Amino acid sequence: MAIRKLAFIVDKLPHKTETSRLALTHAIASQTVEIYLEDGDNVEPFLVFIGDGVLNCVKDQKAIDIYGVTSLGMHIQNALLVGLNVYVCKEDLEKFGLTEDSIIMDAAHLGGELKTQIIPYTEIEKRVEACDHLLFF
Amino acid sequence: MGKLTIGSFTSLIGSMSLDFAVKLAESAVNKGYKVDFWVSGNATMLGKKNQSKFRDYSYLAKTVQDLIATGNFRFCICEVCAKARGIHKEDAMEGVLIHSMDWYLASCFDADRVLHIGGE
Repeated sequence: MAIRKLAFIVDKLPHKTETSRLALTHAIASQTVEIYLEDGDNVEPFLVFIGDGVLNCVKDQKAIDIYGVTSLGMHIQNALLVGLNVYVCKEDLEKFGLTEDSIIMDAAHLGGELKTQIIPYTEIEKRVEACDHLLFF
Repeated sequence: MGKLTIGSFTSLIGSMSLDFAVKLAESAVNKGYKVDFWVSGNATMLGKKNQSKFRDYSYLAKTVQDLIATGNFRFCICEVCAKARGIHKEDAMEGVLIHSMDWYLASCFDADRVLHIGGE
């Protein structure tokens, strides 16, 4: 029985390339990974938004209205709903003049209990150091 | 020998990241490692059959087919990413696996090293 921690690091802008979307959809795919693994084995992904990547977390994205595609915000809410930890770099958020009120902090309206965690970069480093594999998007 | 899992999602044409990833996989297989190679996003084009070789463009299909033939290389394309690009099972090269993204995470689980290469 083993758990492998996977860090999904996102530093790309939303809605510019497919990159951020792929990070989120891959991380959320962990919900069904057990079908390939032995009993008791699993992966534990978490999401980290740093640099330009923090802009993926901005509230009230209109991608569904404008482009007809799901927004990154919707995927972040889904990630929180299924229990993935979502970390946002405090310093990078401040760099863009954003606050807790500007970004998606929970998926409470969907019944999610987890909250987005805004943490300093030094704390992000500790979490990344503790992971088994790092996937940089 | 160990197992290497490589993930890539850059374009087949227009970016050299996929070329690098395939070359890396080839070196690893030649050294005796097992390699799982996952492609999603635009990189799923690499799984398409009937690719043609032109001197102005990368031609990775033959290398991928040769690697699959070794038995130490699994090449898997993301089902949804592929279908969104009009690539269905009948459009894929022989030996190419088609799975959802959980296949990649499962491969990461027992990999000795994971190299996630790409970004456009």
